[in-house]
Amino acid sequence: MTTLAALPAPVHLEDASLQPLPWRRMAWVTWRQHRVALVGLAVLLGSAAVYLWLQGRQIHHAYGTAVGCHAATSGACVNAINYFTSTYNLTARKIPALLIQTVPALIGAFLGPPVLARELENGTFRYAWTQGFGRWRWTLAKLVFLAFLAATAAELFSLLWSWYYQPFIADGQTNPLAAFIFNLRGVTFAFWTLVAFAIGGFAGLLIHRVVPALVATLATYAGLALVVGVFLRQHYLTPLIARQQNLLASSAWVTGNWATKGGRTVFSFTGAPTNNMLGLFCPSGVTVKPSSGLVGGFAQCLSQHGYTLWASYQPASRFWPFQWIESGWLLALSALLIAATVWLVRRRVG
Amino acid sequence: MNVIEADGLVKRYGSTWALRECSLAIPAGHVTALVGPNGSGKTTLLSLAAGLAAPSAGAVTVLGGRTPGSPIALDGIAFVAQDTPLYKNLSVVDMLHLTSNLNRRFDKASAQARLTELGIPLKRKAGKLSGGQQAQLALTLALARRPRLLLLDEPMAMLDPLARHDFMATVMAAMADDGVSVVLSSHVLAELERVADYLVLLSQGRVQVAGEVEDLLARHRLLTGPAAEAERYSERLSVVHASRGGSQAHLLVRQNATDGPLPPGWESHPVGLEEFTLAYLREPDAAAPPGPGRGPDAELSEVTT
Repeated sequence: MTTLAALPAPVHLEDASLQPLPWRRMAWVTWRQHRVALVGLAVLLGSAAVYLWLQGRQIHHAYGTAVGCHAATSGACVNAINYFTSTYNLTARKIPALLIQTVPALIGAFLGPPVLARELENGTFRYAWTQGFGRWRWTLAKLVFLAFLAATAAELFSLLWSWYYQPFIADGQTNPLAAFIFNLRGVTFAFWTLVAFAIGGFAGLLIHRVVPALVATLATYAGLALVVGVFLRQHYLTPLIARQQNLLASSAWVTGNWATKGGRTVFSFTGAPTNNMLGLFCPSGVTVKPSSGLVGGFAQCLSQHGYTLWASYQPASRFWPFQWIESGWLLALSALLIAATVWLVRRRVG
Repeated sequence: MNVIEADGLVKRYGSTWALRECSLAIPAGHVTALVGPNGSGKTTLLSLAAGLAAPSAGAVTVLGGRTPGSPIALDGIAFVAQDTPLYKNLSVVDMLHLTSNLNRRFDKASAQARLTELGIPLKRKAGKLSGGQQAQLALTLALARRPRLLLLDEPMAMLDPLARHDFMATVMAAMADDGVSVVLSSHVLAELERVADYLVLLSQGRVQVAGEVEDLLARHRLLTGPAAEAERYSERLSVVHASRGGSQAHLLVRQNATDGPLPPGWESHPVGLEEFTLAYLREPDAAAPPGPGRGPDAELSEVTT
């Protein structure tokens, strides 16, 4: 028994004629294997979108009425704006923002880890990676397709959210750079979703099991988001410096305060002044103006004692530069994670 | 062409040695049985040939010198792994469509016809099929790729005798129709006896015996005679394995041209593949002698101890 008659063509000739299978073949494969998660994602974002749309129309209507008030400086009109701000403060402005902060993490954690961990956990990688498509191309195609879908869905959702939230920026009560809102508007939301997905894919490969990888993804993402919001973002561009009195609370993200007297720094603080400081310099209480807030009032007390309060701050006008900076490095990090995942798969985990 | 060729192949998982200095050459056009006790390295060898794992040292090539896992090797080799991994939540039709998307060639029509013939419902989820049906599905998917080499790792472990028979019938039909070479690892010696014409016996990560079945069997005999004389008689022979049953002794011996005539009371029988394999499995240190006419690969197949 011999098949020597069917000897192959010389190795180099045959190898050269072997074109890789087209990438589009993976589109159906990826959809079929991940459609439950993708449909889940669509349902989650879709129902949230319906809510935002309905609620958003109400908010826009209420805000339109408030700002349409004639003789804008009249007491009645100021009251109308204040009424708008207080009515929609918690349930429409803060809670939804908090919930939506979890969306990139959830998308990433439910979509990313299964790509590799489910194959490794069930042993099906021995099927998938011995097919003609090839293991690293299979991995790259899946990760890129899913990353694209997740980021696109997130961006569409973020556009709706930006519209929804517009009155809360316009009413001057929220700095667009504020940590709890900055990454939900503009373009960063899509890239945060992308990086969550990339973390998920990488974790799935390292951990080999879906549920632990999912938990690890959530934890890693939360840690990253926290570090960026609290420590990193304020350093994207060199802060500006101004007298605290001249700052509008809504247009500046103040990153530090310090008081000077006679050209020398006397003390400094971040955030709000302590009760000690207030008691020392403002024994008769602080006038808190909506425009400049508590620190603005504190600056007034200080100036009565001959101090000048300075602030380093990021102006709200830096919203878009900050968006692009953050999106840029998130994209680079995601690409790096996906490349590392593909490289490790190519190097063989077996 | 050798469908699998290994030279000093070593695979370690941490401190565990799965293969030690394993060298062999499996020529094309055979159904090769890969046998050996648990942990002897069968699955590891197949994983390396399929390109799922990389050697720790040494080299393995497939399909006449190709690197396992390279595009052309993936294209020409179909691997059915142990426990026939399938996507349990995908229907049979989806598995067909999936496999056809992932491969250059896929004969969907014949695969569908084959599954229908076997009475496997196309709409059913793969996870809801019986063990035998899952194995048949995995095999059908593999064969529809029109591979040049089919690797089967313990394909019959979970099958009942009838399903085993059907499974091997499918393999043999493909062998006859397409000339696909087959390497299968299995514990089911009786089933192998019917189909295998090449044998590779692994022991502790090394090749103990390798060669064409017909050739190997022709060079061994089973001698039966009085137990009392067995020990004295054995000294003159090259005994692989000796066993006793009551007053009778059974000696599986290598046949040499210099062997004299049988002493009175002794009988000589031809050896079956199952007996042959069992004898060598029981004696991990015994090696089959290189026989005549084993081709240029004989040196590679020899055990160096």
